Amino acid sequence: MKSVTNVIICGTGGQGILLASEVLCAAALLSGYDVKKSEVHGMSQRGGSVSSHVRFGEKIFSPLVEKGCADLILAMEKMESLRWSPYLAPHGKLVACDLAITPMTVNTGHAEYPDVNAIIERENLPVTLIPAVEIAEELGNLRVVNVVLIGAVSPHLPIDESHWKKAIEERVPPKALEVNLEAFRKGRELFGK
Amino acid sequence: MRKKLNTIEEGTLLLSGNEAVARGAWEYGVHFASAYPGTPSTEILETIAEEYDEIDAQWAPNEKVGLEVVAGASFAGARVLSAMKHVGLNVAADPLFTLSYIGATGGIVIVSADDPGMHSSQNEQDNRLMGKAAKVVVLEPSDSQEAKDMVGEGLRISEDFDTPVLLRLTTRICHSKSMVRIGPRKEVPVKGYVGDIKKRVPIPAHARLMHSRVEQRLEDISAWGSESTLNRIEKGDTSLGIITSGISYQYVKEVSPEASVLKIGISNPLPWNLIEKFINMVDRVIFVEENDPYLEENIKARFLIQADGKNIISIEGELNPEIVRKAVHPGTTKEITFSEIQLPARPPALCAGCPHRGAFYCLSKLGGSSTGDIGCYTLGLMPPHSALETTICMGASIGVLAGIEKAVGREGMGKLVAAIGESTFVHSGITGLIDMVYNGNTGTVMIMDNSLTAMTGGQENPTTGKNLRGEPAPVLDLEKLVAACGVKHIRVIDPHDLPEMEKILKEEMAREELSVIITRRPCIMAYKPIRKGVAEVDPEKCIGCKLCMKLGCPAISWDGEKPEISSHLCWPDCDLCIQVCPVDAISKDMGGLT
Repeated sequence: MKSVTNVIICGTGGQGILLASEVLCAAALLSGYDVKKSEVHGMSQRGGSVSSHVRFGEKIFSPLVEKGCADLILAMEKMESLRWSPYLAPHGKLVACDLAITPMTVNTGHAEYPDVNAIIERENLPVTLIPAVEIAEELGNLRVVNVVLIGAVSPHLPIDESHWKKAIEERVPPKALEVNLEAFRKGRELFGK
Repeated sequence: MRKKLNTIEEGTLLLSGNEAVARGAWEYGVHFASAYPGTPSTEILETIAEEYDEIDAQWAPNEKVGLEVVAGASFAGARVLSAMKHVGLNVAADPLFTLSYIGATGGIVIVSADDPGMHSSQNEQDNRLMGKAAKVVVLEPSDSQEAKDMVGEGLRISEDFDTPVLLRLTTRICHSKSMVRIGPRKEVPVKGYVGDIKKRVPIPAHARLMHSRVEQRLEDISAWGSESTLNRIEKGDTSLGIITSGISYQYVKEVSPEASVLKIGISNPLPWNLIEKFINMVDRVIFVEENDPYLEENIKARFLIQADGKNIISIEGELNPEIVRKAVHPGTTKEITFSEIQLPARPPALCAGCPHRGAFYCLSKLGGSSTGDIGCYTLGLMPPHSALETTICMGASIGVLAGIEKAVGREGMGKLVAAIGESTFVHSGITGLIDMVYNGNTGTVMIMDNSLTAMTGGQENPTTGKNLRGEPAPVLDLEKLVAACGVKHIRVIDPHDLPEMEKILKEEMAREELSVIITRRPCIMAYKPIRKGVAEVDPEKCIGCKLCMKLGCPAISWDGEKPEISSHLCWPDCDLCIQVCPVDAISKDMGGLT
């Protein structure tokens, strides 16, 4: 097994990126790894781009993932998935929520929202788009979009299913636990292949 | 139910640097802590308040007061901690520089959270230089474990050597999480207040003696530091020796695991003996440090060595593993498989429902603009409002407006007003307003009162009626305060009442006397919405005039012909888009009152 796993979780402010990275860290800790994670708060909370780097393995020094080294990028918004492409390792996977949130620069006419699917094709990016919002809607709770996505990426990481579930139990309030576990299961079953 | 952290006395936790500092304060017996919120330092006091009841913690109106109250508590023999962002240390510099002479009775740790890369700051100052200028001890942790440990070491150094200690963090330390071994709290008794004028009144006759002690103290700590585990040599391949500190150490270990490393934990005073030993041990030296060449300049000046440093690593911006790899081992950079893609920027924006939106919309509509300040409302500079033109530091909006009027007169000032949040006004705006009154200015100051210190994530302040722990506190009456400064024209307005907001702005900008407009409406983070409905566009009625787009609301996007309103982002209590729509195409279920 490779000694260090590098993950970047990205999206926009308010999408539950921090919870997703907390769950990943908790699952990695339960698996006995050394873990570091890094993110920047502050200005980015006001709807700006947000990212969280998570690294786990035998011994971790840098809390930041190096370009060309990410084993997995999980994007909560599809344009944001493209922003981090130089960080992907040659074998890396990119999983993105099939959701577009237009930035203010687009709303004010200073920029155009790109044709993400065309770029994915042109750049030959290893992207899997997942309709996580629809799945969360079916489950009756839009707040579990991030956990559906975690479920979808979970088989790609060296962490046991039981550790994922325990990590979710630790991080979500008891009354929301059932729907979160269901969201995880759906994401894992439908897209975790 | 999650257990409070003060009930967990052993084990390992994944903590951010800020959480680790709070933990260290608890474990090493800190009695009292005071701070003004500032990214990236804010969570230190928040964590203390949430998790560690044994520490009396409070928000100060600004960093200067925050440091003064902990100084007083130290005089009375308590262990104390004050936290601030790097520019906060400028505000606290006045007490810092003399507190250095006075020293510490109870241990004093002052946290300076610097922001290389300026993730949420207006400059990139390196406060190791401030620590050196103030002649205080500077400690630099490289992960959360060290952040916790250095609070303890700092308190000990502070008491043993009679000095304040600056714990210099950076954003990447504050907001990265890593494993921390934890322990129980060690109670240390508060010694009690004993007056000592020779120690604490720096009249020149006393201060000269104090200065002499300070210089001796620096020499003593430098010698002690060469033996301390806070500074260490990690001997490896001696053909390359890297001198580094803080987060840069982690990047060095990542990209150059074989090199010999001198890890500096005490950045001031530097451990000269240990540095000399290291330099003599290795064939070639490289300095790897973020921002200023602090280690490089000091060590080169002392030992007159040739070494690489800022010639291969930029002074500007935050470091990362790629930058360090490129500098230290050029030619070994990782292969980039997927190239960078040009994408629209996603800058932060005022939230949907933000009270500031109404004020900036009206100001912009009237062709006005503002001298700005530090807070969410700095975002008033962004299109479509484009209604903010200057920012220097906390409180400067008022002084800058006054100065523009002094230089070019009322006419030349045009339709500029000062825009400042209520927390920033209390922090440093009051004196600016007194200056305007005293010196005969005629401008308009807009105090944007959203009842929360919002940009840092939503903290209480003296105007909100709550303290750091969320307990009731007296409310500072802004109207009376402003009146007491001598302002005759004070208007209070809900900035989401657009016709009234526009009318008042127009009147006050035209008035040839000083005026204050208090725009009062709570931040959306401060309360749960009263209504339930969200706005919807009737595509049959919409004429595509784009007036609603001029609000710059993140909930409203343009599909090419019509606006679309996100039910997910729309704030139920806000009706700005309904107010501006000329054809009543936007509506919301205004019932649903709970």
